[in-house]
Amino acid sequence: MVKKIFGQCYIWLILILMYLPVLVLIAFSFTEATNVGEWTGFSFNLFPRLFQSAEIMTALANTVIIAISSSLVATILGSLGAVGAYYSKKRMRNAIDLATQIPVVNAEIVVAFSLTVMFVFIGNIINTYMFSFWTLLIGHVCLSIPFVYTSVKPKLQQMDPSLYEAALDLGASPSQALGKVVVPEIMPGVLSGFLLSITLSLDDFIVTAFTRGSGLLSGDKKIETLSTLVQAKIKKGPIPPEMRALTTVLFVIVILAVIGVTIYRNQQAKKIRVRRAF
Amino acid sequence: MADKNYIISLQGVTKSFGNNTVVDDFNLDITKGEFVTFLGPSGCGKTTTLRMIAGFETPTSGQILLNGEDITRIPPHKRPINTVFQRYALFPHLDVYDNVAFGLKLKKIPYEVTNKKGETVTKYRHYTREEIDEKVMRALKIIDLEDLENRDISTLSGGQQQRVAIARAIVNEPEILLLDEPLGALDLKMRKEMQLELKDMHKKIGITFIYVTHDQEEALTMSDTIVVMKDGVIQQVGNPIDIYNEPVNAFVANFIGESNIYNATMVGKLKVKFLNHVFDCVDDFPLNEKVDVVVRPEDVEMTVIKGKSDDSRLKGKIVTKIFKGIHYEYVLIMGKSEIVTQSTKDYELDSEVYIDVEPANIQIMKRSSTENVYPEAWIDKNNKLIIADGEFDVDITQLLKGSHVDDDLYLIGADGKKYDLDDADVIASIDFTDVQIVDGHDKGNVNGTVVETIYKGDHYAVLVRTAEEEDYILATDDTWNEGDLVSVIVEPSKIRLTLKGDLNKYEVQ
Repeated sequence: MVKKIFGQCYIWLILILMYLPVLVLIAFSFTEATNVGEWTGFSFNLFPRLFQSAEIMTALANTVIIAISSSLVATILGSLGAVGAYYSKKRMRNAIDLATQIPVVNAEIVVAFSLTVMFVFIGNIINTYMFSFWTLLIGHVCLSIPFVYTSVKPKLQQMDPSLYEAALDLGASPSQALGKVVVPEIMPGVLSGFLLSITLSLDDFIVTAFTRGSGLLSGDKKIETLSTLVQAKIKKGPIPPEMRALTTVLFVIVILAVIGVTIYRNQQAKKIRVRRAF
Repeated sequence: MADKNYIISLQGVTKSFGNNTVVDDFNLDITKGEFVTFLGPSGCGKTTTLRMIAGFETPTSGQILLNGEDITRIPPHKRPINTVFQRYALFPHLDVYDNVAFGLKLKKIPYEVTNKKGETVTKYRHYTREEIDEKVMRALKIIDLEDLENRDISTLSGGQQQRVAIARAIVNEPEILLLDEPLGALDLKMRKEMQLELKDMHKKIGITFIYVTHDQEEALTMSDTIVVMKDGVIQQVGNPIDIYNEPVNAFVANFIGESNIYNATMVGKLKVKFLNHVFDCVDDFPLNEKVDVVVRPEDVEMTVIKGKSDDSRLKGKIVTKIFKGIHYEYVLIMGKSEIVTQSTKDYELDSEVYIDVEPANIQIMKRSSTENVYPEAWIDKNNKLIIADGEFDVDITQLLKGSHVDDDLYLIGADGKKYDLDDADVIASIDFTDVQIVDGHDKGNVNGTVVETIYKGDHYAVLVRTAEEEDYILATDDTWNEGDLVSVIVEPSKIRLTLKGDLNKYEVQ
């Protein structure tokens, strides 16, 4: 009995530690105070102000565009890389494994700074200013690829190695075998790699700050994402109160997405397929 | 052009991975509708051969003909051959129906149409949904799983998965069905059932089956033809009865069924001597030839000795008796040798019996070698004998009568002539009984692994293979297991040398 109560307490403690800050933040998004921690009465005003703030909306759109585009590129490259490495000779595979592990444990500042130096170097050679949306995209892709590779790899290892051959044996060309058998098998890994990439890209600051140039919705100015915007604001004064509302909105979207996926999966499982012709 | 009657012919097929030859000069013709089994211990090259037929491996040399056409270099998806994989390799993301329909959905079937100009052109189309449906349901009916079409693969038992794998292959109506140890993962009872079902299925659908197994009983039960393989080389091809009754060598005899194998000598016309006794036999071999004989346990007849024993007959004493259900298994001892026998009759333990074997039941086999011969050996500058990765002390004075070796390691003849044998090529030979074996590596002349042991009544014939694939066959009283890491030792005086070429070319002035 004591054990049970203790166990329950432990779980609740962890949950509170995880969610209390978010709940506090949500609560404070319903008050207009500029300084965090002050309560100036209940109000919905932050939400309309959020959507009216061109600055925040631009940063949000930029962030989403970069997150999705870089994640797509990183997922395709990383997954293909993992498949390629899996079917390579052992030495080659180990070399690729090691090469993709280093960026994971490496400090992000090293990735960011080395990219900057490289872009400046190449820019000097071809006599152009390199920094733009594309350098930012490359930066985010570099950041995400190792994580995609690492999440796809175990799925490949779990897969029966003769599945690919079985597909060939049944008349599939090598590309059909990849598309119809290998890809569906590793799809969960690919998806989690994609989601991981999105998360990494969404809140990335260091690589963004080092590799961004002008472009996207920021026009001729440097591309502003949520993280660089917040950083710029903190330098001058308090965080804009609208950011609290934004966080709440993001949190609600994520919650809804998770619930939606769960419901969809449950329904899929219940669905009975009927196709018998006779 | 190959004979059109053969559905598939393998001609001189060899496969090497680096320096390692896995399949060596494999020649086999298979007729349409045959059930052929490749049988051999693991690593004998049977699966590699199958993979070459399927198209997953390309032979290093030789060619594979399907209906007389060369398919050696055609990729697997373009061959009318389907495979049932060892661990089924069913697609886990598809259900039973979609697994079976996989090949059908990809298949393009030719049909002819007449175009505007009145020419007949061949076009390709996919199967319609109804056609696929019909074929899938028929295949599922053959394997008795009609009601499980919507089940996920992970919810099926091993036997059911096995059946789905078979259905997935046969639904494509291949010309040849390859089965790579398909029953290996099933339990004994299931395996026996599936053996019979597969054989039935083979009869019913009439396509050629090529089956790979290391289970000799499975091979005997199911096949029309058995191909026994060892170290990438075909040992014997024949129907199950021939393979069992007339094995061509001790390896086949030992691998298939239980057997008593002995060293024997031909002592007269149709007379062979083993177990210190002369037996009549039906196989004609030259006088004094050293041979191997095999006697199956069920062919040994025992008669209890009553009264005064007849010394001219072979006698033995029952030392072990095991009840096996249908019969008893006895181990008899006579002098130093043992013989295993099977009989439905109940004999008392420790009783003395006469042993008789019908002449027809004594299978005499040519012995592949009577001593270890190394034609590629050479002498190094320290007058040591080098055989691949082995280094042996050796007596080189045997190459020249009356010679001796001086302090500078030159060979000095009786007439005072001086010879430098550094780098001389020689043929070395060592008797089986002169090769010693010790446990563990680095304790003798060369390291190796035990790859084969055959019990010969009173001793074991053990085959030790070194890293560079040099074989040492030896006779020993001790039991060794396959895979044991051992060292081989040979006493210098027991190695016989023959110089290649003339001794004079090694003379030093």
